Amino acid sequence: MQLAVLMGFLLAASSPLLHRWFGHRTSLVLALFPAGLAAWLLLQAPEIIENGSLLLEWQWVPSLGISLTFLLDGLSLLFGLLITVMGACVLVYAGGYLKDHPDIARFHIALVAFMVSMLGLVLADGLFTLFIFWELTSITSYLLIGFNHADIEARKSARQGLFVTVAGGLALMAGLVLLGIASDSWSLAEILSQEADLREHALYTPMLICLLLGAFTKSAQFPFHFWLPNAMAAPTPVSAYLHSATMVKAGIYLLARLHPELGGTAMWVGILSVVGATTMLTGAFLAIHHTNIKKLLAYSTIMALGTLTMLLGIGTEYAMTAFVTFLLAHSLYKGALFMVAGILDHETGTKDVTQMGGLRSLMPVTAMIALVAALSLAGVPPLFGFIGKELMLESVLGAGSFRMLLVLFAFVASILTIAVAFIIALRPFYGKRHHTPLEPHEAPLSMLVGPALLAVGSLLLGLMPALLGANALLTSAATSVSGETMEVTLSLWYGINVALIMSIISLGVGFLLFKRWDSVRAKLSLLAPIMRHGPEAGYESMMNGIVQFSEWQTRLLQNGYMRNYILVMLITLIALIGNSILLRHSPIFAFDLDVRFHEVVVAGTMAMGALFATTTRSRLGAVVSVGVMGFSIALIFILFSAPDLAITQLLVETLTVILLVLVLFRLPRFSNLSTSLERIRDGVVAAMMGILICLLIMTAWSIQQFEPISTYMIENSAPLAYGRNIVNVILVDYRALDTLGEMFVLALAAIGVIAMLKLRHGENSNGKSGESSKVTTKEPYDG
Amino acid sequence: MVKSGTIILNTAARLLMPLQLLFSVFLLLRGHDEPGGGFIAGLVAAGAFTLYLFAFGVSATKEVLRMVDPRDLIGIGLLLGMISVVPAWFMGQPFLTAQWWTIPVIDFKASTPLIFDIGVYFAVLGSVTGMVMTLMEVDKDEP
Repeated sequence: MQLAVLMGFLLAASSPLLHRWFGHRTSLVLALFPAGLAAWLLLQAPEIIENGSLLLEWQWVPSLGISLTFLLDGLSLLFGLLITVMGACVLVYAGGYLKDHPDIARFHIALVAFMVSMLGLVLADGLFTLFIFWELTSITSYLLIGFNHADIEARKSARQGLFVTVAGGLALMAGLVLLGIASDSWSLAEILSQEADLREHALYTPMLICLLLGAFTKSAQFPFHFWLPNAMAAPTPVSAYLHSATMVKAGIYLLARLHPELGGTAMWVGILSVVGATTMLTGAFLAIHHTNIKKLLAYSTIMALGTLTMLLGIGTEYAMTAFVTFLLAHSLYKGALFMVAGILDHETGTKDVTQMGGLRSLMPVTAMIALVAALSLAGVPPLFGFIGKELMLESVLGAGSFRMLLVLFAFVASILTIAVAFIIALRPFYGKRHHTPLEPHEAPLSMLVGPALLAVGSLLLGLMPALLGANALLTSAATSVSGETMEVTLSLWYGINVALIMSIISLGVGFLLFKRWDSVRAKLSLLAPIMRHGPEAGYESMMNGIVQFSEWQTRLLQNGYMRNYILVMLITLIALIGNSILLRHSPIFAFDLDVRFHEVVVAGTMAMGALFATTTRSRLGAVVSVGVMGFSIALIFILFSAPDLAITQLLVETLTVILLVLVLFRLPRFSNLSTSLERIRDGVVAAMMGILICLLIMTAWSIQQFEPISTYMIENSAPLAYGRNIVNVILVDYRALDTLGEMFVLALAAIGVIAMLKLRHGENSNGKSGESSKVTTKEPYDG
Repeated sequence: MVKSGTIILNTAARLLMPLQLLFSVFLLLRGHDEPGGGFIAGLVAAGAFTLYLFAFGVSATKEVLRMVDPRDLIGIGLLLGMISVVPAWFMGQPFLTAQWWTIPVIDFKASTPLIFDIGVYFAVLGSVTGMVMTLMEVDKDEP
């Protein structure tokens, strides 16, 4: 399975090639991949339902507790199936939607990469792996929102989505690390099966807050909901897939996953149910403001995400059943509705529902799909959405705390949702024909298959909830969410109860609201001035603040004068080293001095070189004398039998001199620019630095706190790593990970230097950047 | 301004460059047992190209490098580095565990650390040559 997921990235990368081979049929070929994964997951289903969970072990970096192990239980199975099945539908759909788009290969790369990342996210057992996949979904989502990169709005929305989710990702990382520390394990399976109660742990509160921040930003909970409607700048297949069915549910997934260990406390219940209910109401309320069909759907998605969070907050057995049912129902109808929205946009050329009308005769199949899916959204029997909504209302009625508030919010939200559902299902297809930018006609087959499949799913599961083992799957999922064995039996008819009466009333009121939608909208537009001060305005001003702050500190610290950079760096170093060596520890000198004559000569040469470099008025002379120092260092390495270091030092020194000579030609004529006071200051800083480093070396020489690791490396270099050159063995074997990181640093620095030189072409200051970066590039490797 | 083209430099560069490159490969291959290794070898090779650059200028050096842009070399180096960590996965061992194979006919010990070292070689070579070349290019275009 892990291999299959990792191969997905290869598949994504090879999608341009596939386009050359298969042309328009590429989408279908790519869709085989998620379809195959879905089939594999289905094959595992009986075993998982039987045993509760399945652990596919795969080590990655065991010494750090990082593994690629996959945890398959009811919850991840449900999510995995949603991702793969929806993924196949969306890929087929996108093949029609973006048929003649020149960049469709790029779209496929990002979409497949997203699908694989999302799958990895829900299957990951290790906390680190989960986090990596989490971030990958944020990045691929960014690429997909900004797919039409020529459009400034799309770029802005993509950036906003990225900032909000990645900021949350940082909080999530902190939360996961705290979770790992608190539970002393980096594996979800172990954490979930632990005896110790994390709720009692001292780190519970900070951990929960960090995790919730991560989940809430990802899943667009109030007050972070604003990025999701803006993300509708993405092509519709992306909206259908990422921003309704899968990615935005990642936060929900995380909460559900951790619910057995962290849920149930007063804090959990309070935050989740109130934030969830607020999000639910906000989403539903904001939805009816909009006439853009994608925004309507986006806000109703926010409403659904709020509902799911609220259900997790309520946490009763009923709420767990409602959670999994609502989750499945929502993905089915919302995916279909988004695809219908894409068809409407594609065929009519407008996204504004008020501009459409009477399309039923022209697009009968689309109208049918829209009707089924929207009725499921509204919660009309006998569709699956009805069961989900019924269970949701029932669990709200049974909530332990904040009951009245939740009931009120849920009731109002469901009225508004029903209005939205009617708007989408009826407005474009019935009534008078409007003139639209494009002449509408029925969508091609490839665009109808996906939504039709999902709509049929909504219908069949509503009529027969036990179909294809759906009941067993949901039972298994609910069991993993609640942590206790549960029995889920879904049916359309639970008898006449309060929830049913609420449903019926809300249907009526919702329909009235739909009828009077135009006048309601006119009245609501009066609220616009207040709405402008929402969380999005807060985001904007925060971003502006960050930009202003960084401008200010760039002007202060990075003013383009090399000497200022060096001064700042040295003073910082002096403060830090001085603080720890002089104030926190006292320098110790306990070593015997055994100096040979030739060593004195080399050291003397170095000192002479340094003195000459600082006093000479000739630039070339200074370069040469610095070179003398470098070569003397190489000599020292040779004297102490470190030939590798010596060779490296020699080569680096040679190249540095070459680079300096190249740069010298572009410097202005030598002149005294600094006052004598400034020179004294520089001298003092330099002297302090030198003395401190000297003290540091002497102290380090005197104290041997730990056994030196070099003995281990010398002993094991030949037998374990088959190499006698220890330096090289350390670089490419013992510490290969470090070297790998350094290679990337080197490459980035080189690319940066090249880019700066090319960019600042013609300006005089470009020599400096090359030189300073050279210094940073060689350092990490030698260190 | 760096002037290319004294006779001594030109002749020396033409003779030395192949030798230096050969030497860098030698250093690279023996690096695991004797002084040498990817980083050093990469620097030597970069030195070879830099010498050639000084002698003949940017466009001549580009011709020697033919199709290969130094920036691509950086990419190749990183890619090799990444590839070398993968085989351990398939052997069911932790990430980055070294794998050793002996190529029978020439009795040469191939290994993932060697692939990794070659990656380091290319990354270093590409970085340094790229930087020097760009510096000289910018230099040339300026009045």
